[in-house]
Amino acid sequence: MSTYLNIYVTSLSKYFLGIFLIIHCLLGVICLILDDTGSDADWIHHVRSVVMFLFSFTAFLCICFETGSMRILVYFFIEQVLMLGIMVIGTMLYPEANKIFAGNMCMLLSVGFVMLTRLNVNKSLKQLMIVTVSFIVSMGVPFIIRKFKLLHTLKWAYASIGIGALGAVLLAGQITYGANISYTIGGITFQPSEFIKIVFVFCVASCFVRARGMSEVALSAFLALVHVLILVLSRDLGSALIYGVTYVVMVFVATGNVLCVIGGGAAGVMAALMAYHRFAHVQTRVWAWLDPWSTIDDTGYQITQSLFAISSGSTWGLGLMKGNPSSIPFVEDDFIFSAIVEEMGFVCGISVLVLCLLSFLSAVKLAAGLSSMYYRLLAVGLGTAYVFQVFVTVGGGVKFIPLTGVTLPFVSYGGSSVLTSILLFEVLAGVSMIRTDERIFYEKISDGETGTDKQGN
Amino acid sequence: MALYATGVVTCALFVAMMVYMVHFARNNKIEMFDNSYNQYSYRLAREYLRGSILSSDGEVLAYSTGDDAGSQTRVYPYANMFAHGVGYSTHGRMGVESLANYYLLNCHTGLSDVARSEAGDEGPLTADSVITTFDVKLQQVAYDSLGVYRGAVVITEVKTGRVLAMVSKPDFDPNNIEQLWDELISDKKNSNLLNRVTQGLYPPGSTFKIITTLEYLRENGNSVAGYHYYCNGSFTYGDTTIKCYHGTVHGSVDFTKAFAKSCNSSFANVGAGLDPASFSRTLDDLLFDAKLPCDLPTSVSTTAVDAEVDSHNLMQASIGQGQDAMSPLHLNMITCAIANGGTLMKPIFIDRVESASGSTVTRFNPEKYGQLMSTEESAALTELMEEVVRSGTGTRLRSELYDAAGKTGSAEFNNYSKDDSHAWFTGFAPSEDPQIAVTIIIEGAGSGGEYAVPIAKRMFDRYFESVKQE
Repeated sequence: MSTYLNIYVTSLSKYFLGIFLIIHCLLGVICLILDDTGSDADWIHHVRSVVMFLFSFTAFLCICFETGSMRILVYFFIEQVLMLGIMVIGTMLYPEANKIFAGNMCMLLSVGFVMLTRLNVNKSLKQLMIVTVSFIVSMGVPFIIRKFKLLHTLKWAYASIGIGALGAVLLAGQITYGANISYTIGGITFQPSEFIKIVFVFCVASCFVRARGMSEVALSAFLALVHVLILVLSRDLGSALIYGVTYVVMVFVATGNVLCVIGGGAAGVMAALMAYHRFAHVQTRVWAWLDPWSTIDDTGYQITQSLFAISSGSTWGLGLMKGNPSSIPFVEDDFIFSAIVEEMGFVCGISVLVLCLLSFLSAVKLAAGLSSMYYRLLAVGLGTAYVFQVFVTVGGGVKFIPLTGVTLPFVSYGGSSVLTSILLFEVLAGVSMIRTDERIFYEKISDGETGTDKQGN
Repeated sequence: MALYATGVVTCALFVAMMVYMVHFARNNKIEMFDNSYNQYSYRLAREYLRGSILSSDGEVLAYSTGDDAGSQTRVYPYANMFAHGVGYSTHGRMGVESLANYYLLNCHTGLSDVARSEAGDEGPLTADSVITTFDVKLQQVAYDSLGVYRGAVVITEVKTGRVLAMVSKPDFDPNNIEQLWDELISDKKNSNLLNRVTQGLYPPGSTFKIITTLEYLRENGNSVAGYHYYCNGSFTYGDTTIKCYHGTVHGSVDFTKAFAKSCNSSFANVGAGLDPASFSRTLDDLLFDAKLPCDLPTSVSTTAVDAEVDSHNLMQASIGQGQDAMSPLHLNMITCAIANGGTLMKPIFIDRVESASGSTVTRFNPEKYGQLMSTEESAALTELMEEVVRSGTGTRLRSELYDAAGKTGSAEFNNYSKDDSHAWFTGFAPSEDPQIAVTIIIEGAGSGGEYAVPIAKRMFDRYFESVKQE
């Protein structure tokens, strides 16, 4: 009898996983459309949490049946407590913050936990600890964003931290697979380009606080160029691309001038061509992208294994534990998306992408509702940095663009990636409270009651 | 505005990426599955017994047995008979085993059966079965008729492109492929592993006159009425002399008689008058120097005719000698197109895929490749080919049961001994409503009319007798 139950659970769970994720996405879309600062949208967030719980439960039950390990269920319990903790503590501390960010974040974390547990239980446990620590570290961020009104004056501090840290990596960094991108302090490997991304967005936003003329554009362009150049020299091309695009989008939003995008795009194309001609490893990547099959045993190995995984997954996937994602090198870091599609299908893969897009669109919508240009730029800059990282990693894994080897935020395994992503979303939550404050302020004005607390812009 | 644009562009980028991902995975699914670097197929091979291959009339052509999927053996009940058509699946893959590898490894058994298999001791599950288009009775006749000769036979349903029989000799026993392998690949002389139907390249000989005629029709307003020639056994133009087979003198001939009697002198005369550029375009239409629309590996047929061809090569080509080389499948496809009003159906070998419980997983429908010639051209060619059987080199094919149409060929392949020739026949029946096309080549047997036509008759007889019974 238990054999029958086993077969049914392991065979049917993939459909449930897909359906739960779709429901979660659809509710997310409703949240995005509704103006969810009011409490009328609260029920949606509750339903989303329940769906998330059902998703994790189904997935862990399936893994438990397939492996026969009861330990998995204990782990599931701890993971659910953590997710619940993140949601409840977030709501208690910052009731005015937009809950869509936390909702998307927890769902993506859950998908990541499921995949990591299936791939490597030890890494999953480590990830659990990383998430816990990251959450505790970043818990105060929304408060700082909301109350510390001088953040926009620290332009030079941001620039020196960013350029300093990236420069230090370039100088002293160790070599990790052709890219000098990380260094180790006290046994923990950091990849500063991840973390500095946030500082960079703050830096660019601070450039446009007072005015948005040519001199501001020139200064910000110079700072951005220095960042990107260091990254290119460190051979961290994925990050260079993310920084570049983030910068262009921010200038575009700041000035409203399409020429900025055209200029930025042209500079990007020129830089790409130069990099292609100067660096052998860039050429290798491009060739492996154009024709991975002819170098399948060498430079094309990773991408072809990723494509194999995606194609065997098809619509609903092979089911958890039924694929062979470990055949993709670095599957937990750079290719987790391919593993998701292999075992949970296009349905889950595309849902994950939709969740990422939803977070980005929420950030854009948030930006549109802000009257302060500084916070507007913060919101759109962080949203872009986030969503473009998703694009670069997934696009590389599905052979849409050349492979650059960056992580999928929240889902991939990795210390700096998880910490950075959580920090980034906490900043967005903080900015969403600024918007609430702004709204209350303007409501008071229009009601004829002059506001006493000055807004910080 | 800027925010709006950013949002829209990003969404568009993501949608493009998702579409690309799904599209790429769907379009290359089977190709990627069969890639030797893809571990997934090995995993399935250890999980299920490889699916069975069946003939269209339900006979099992290949199946796997074993108590454990990891140590299964493949059995081919018909041994040598389907050696090239069904193929083998160890030491690489061939034939339907290669074509349908994806389906033979995947299992679409219902969940309750899976559970029963896991719970009980019924042994491993068997993956999906592939039902081919092959007809065992026709294959048997073709196989037996070819006897000890080397050569190839292919029989196709003209309206659907379904390949009913495909025999290539010399052959091998796929049951013993393990033991035979080293011997087979080291033996370059016999090349038993080569599927002569799809990959053999032979001088087409007089069967090529079909194509020369098509070009003549195109250059002369789709009519042969104005043609007359007096054959004295040879034709000389410039430095080239073309002789009729065995030096036969055909006397005064019109086009129909020249075609029916396969008069080389007359066709060399026709060929010398053709426009090389136009001829070359016609050959392109007929898939010369191009990959054939067929899922099995095929050889590319070649010809010396191009826009700048000299008269020697043009005349040689017009009677299918010289540098012309065709695979039997290619000639069969052209024959099918003539029989089917000019429309070529892509040759197919698999009818459908069924799960162990009998439900259809995938069905392969007939697929139109395109129009090789106009309906009028095909009708004119059919008329000429009917006369071949009525009064020409194919009279041994006359039958009460059906009226056949075809063309014989005796392709000389040895420049030193003029008596060596491959016997060809390609044709279809019934000529008023064509059902099947048969193409035969027998290596080194002699003339097509004497050796290939009687074999073709046995196959047509077998087919139409069984049709009559039904």
